[in-house]
Amino acid sequence: MGNYVIRGGRVIDPAAGLDRPLDLVIEGGRLRALAEPGTVAPPDGFKVIDAAGLVVAPGFIDLHVHLREPGHEHKETIATGTGAAARGGFTTVCAMPNTDPPIDTPERVAFVYERAREAGVVRVLPIACVSRGQAGRELADLVELAAAGAFGFSDDGRPVHDSRLMRRALEYGLLTGRPVIDHCEEPALAEGASVNEGPVAGRLGLRGMPAAAEEIPVARNIALAELTGGWVHLAHLSTRGSVELVRAAKGRGVRVTAEVCPHHLTLTDRWLLGAEGNACPPVGAIPIPETLGPYDTRTKVNPPLRTWSDCLALIEAVRDGTIDVIATDHAPHHWLDKACEYGQAAFGISGLETAFGLLMSLVHAGLLDLPTLIARLTAGPGRILEQAGFQVPYTFRPGEPVDLVVLDPDATWEVRPEEFVSLGKNTPLEGVTLRGRVILTIFSGEVVFDGRQA
Amino acid sequence: MEVKTLSPGKPDAGSLLPDARVRRRHVLDLDDFTAEEVEYVLNTAARMKEILRRPIPRVAALRGRTVVNCFYEESTRTRISFELAAKALGADVVNMSAAGSSVAKGESLVDTVLTLQALGADFVIIRHPQSGAPYLVARHLRASVINAGDGWHAHPTQALLDLFTLKEHFGRVAGLKVVIVGDILHSRVARSNVWGLTKLGAEVVLCGPPTLLPRTLISAELWPPVTVEYDLDRALEGAHVVMPLRLQRERQQAGLLPSLREYIRLYQVNADRLRRAHPDAVVMHPGPMNEGVEISSDVAHGVRSLVEKQVTNGVAVRMALLYLLSGAVVEG
Repeated sequence: MGNYVIRGGRVIDPAAGLDRPLDLVIEGGRLRALAEPGTVAPPDGFKVIDAAGLVVAPGFIDLHVHLREPGHEHKETIATGTGAAARGGFTTVCAMPNTDPPIDTPERVAFVYERAREAGVVRVLPIACVSRGQAGRELADLVELAAAGAFGFSDDGRPVHDSRLMRRALEYGLLTGRPVIDHCEEPALAEGASVNEGPVAGRLGLRGMPAAAEEIPVARNIALAELTGGWVHLAHLSTRGSVELVRAAKGRGVRVTAEVCPHHLTLTDRWLLGAEGNACPPVGAIPIPETLGPYDTRTKVNPPLRTWSDCLALIEAVRDGTIDVIATDHAPHHWLDKACEYGQAAFGISGLETAFGLLMSLVHAGLLDLPTLIARLTAGPGRILEQAGFQVPYTFRPGEPVDLVVLDPDATWEVRPEEFVSLGKNTPLEGVTLRGRVILTIFSGEVVFDGRQA
Repeated sequence: MEVKTLSPGKPDAGSLLPDARVRRRHVLDLDDFTAEEVEYVLNTAARMKEILRRPIPRVAALRGRTVVNCFYEESTRTRISFELAAKALGADVVNMSAAGSSVAKGESLVDTVLTLQALGADFVIIRHPQSGAPYLVARHLRASVINAGDGWHAHPTQALLDLFTLKEHFGRVAGLKVVIVGDILHSRVARSNVWGLTKLGAEVVLCGPPTLLPRTLISAELWPPVTVEYDLDRALEGAHVVMPLRLQRERQQAGLLPSLREYIRLYQVNADRLRRAHPDAVVMHPGPMNEGVEISSDVAHGVRSLVEKQVTNGVAVRMALLYLLSGAVVEG
């Protein structure tokens, strides 16, 4: 186990209310001391990591990734997906169950744990299906799945359309203490659509899904959580209206938690116009890269990229805590799944390795402060896991195993998908220069990513 | 291999004008044309129309070049029009339709166009049911791509032939009030005409039931200047040009319209309604027409109809594009 002294960094640990220069001493993988800078001499045999000018934070936690194993190993594996996580600063990832076969039995939950033990670079917590086979008809064995270690239940990728099934899931889920995680999408309004409904879709002649297609199930899920006392976690919210519904529900004490993705906070549907879209601002927190053409399928994601007004509402919700968590919805795909017509292309962005740099565009634009950003990547998801009964380090506690990340908020770097650890090279950010880089990731006291040479 | 990169960026627009710094390689839509470039194409089309009037309407400008008609959707007039245009310029023409080809065997669009390229295509004319498909093709091809209609998105040669026909009839496009009526939401003809007409200074009014012209469709920031009017009688006040769009029967089956009867009552362009338009008003239709639905038979074949002229002019406009894309320059 690793022995390290991390010196001279600005330690931001939102759960502990820390934001000041401190040295960390890690011994045998556990935190021995958080000390005033320069007050501890490194003991013999300890490696010194110079973090002067850098930020040191607890390792990031991602409640929503697709690792594609089993069944879609040409898109991603647990090994490559967790390697990508480490490169992105994440030390815990929660894997969605829409694999082949889907994770809907305790044996399959155990399979994910086993593969993660063999090949995983960071911690993997499986999410199990809400319904058997993700078919949306009958409940999966939620209690047995929870006992096997499922963090929550989701048919992600497919919304739970049947309101009665959702009600039963929230009610029966009370036996587990774990959340039901819903991908909020009203099929009748979203059928066949690949983009946000609005004037960009109008111009491009693409079928749009309106914001209402998300907001209707958000309102339904809140009403059902209120009815049953169950815990609903709303995945990847993307609209202003969704945020307002969640804010009001939390005000009434409804048991609802919510997440948002980096791309929904920073990019808009104008990216579908390609670089020409820069002529019609606002296009997002960063300009559209010159190399992006119209109808680039790498902008295709579900929920779709919305408008800057939606981004601003989501950012405000991240600031005021209406949104608890930033999660990537890392959705790696093979290039063939995207090398086709826009309407036929797979949904999803490979997001783990660009998340921090992309989110930092909000900090540099003065729209979000760094401690709040880090809180939504650490304490926010960490407390949700804690409420679900999982003790995952999200704050620096002396004596406990250390998950941490060293960040350079100002370093610039160009996104080159060919350098991704992820097998999914599908990102609209290719060629974009981001300001904000992950320098080093330590998982359970060991360095799992070291970008200092890069 | 070039297909392995997902991202060689946007097809460089360039221009067809003789003094262009970058030559235009593709015609995918009119949104990236300047007004001057549109006028230049129309003037070239006028020269082409002269050729078509000759006893033997044939020149050798594109001899040795191969034009592939790559149609993923049924089409009669557009495909034949392109074929006649290419032949009038002396090119060899190959027709590929999706049914019965490798497409039916599951080949991807990218693979198909790379095959066409390997077979020596100089021009690929593509019609496709998916919006944006010609952009994908253009990103992977050295040949010139002309969009012959993609999904709901664009039909630039139709818009150009409409502009040509208007200019021929009125001597100008600027200042004309043009009303496009019907299924705007699903119409590539409407979208390309909006770009072309507004670039040349026409006033464009879009008219149709809100289910086919929803309020989320258009915004001032992202669209050229157009007016939306749900009431056809009001829209027609003083109009110089009325352009009813084909109404697909599926729209009614999909629940976008309560009944065809009600659509006809509210939105059919007929002689009675045309009385509200300008005394010199003309009627155009991209075809094929549903006579008795979006247009009454008497209007479709009446003195105000430019429908046949549109079809004739389509060949000249397509000749002009093929000619200019081949690198040729027209003087004067």
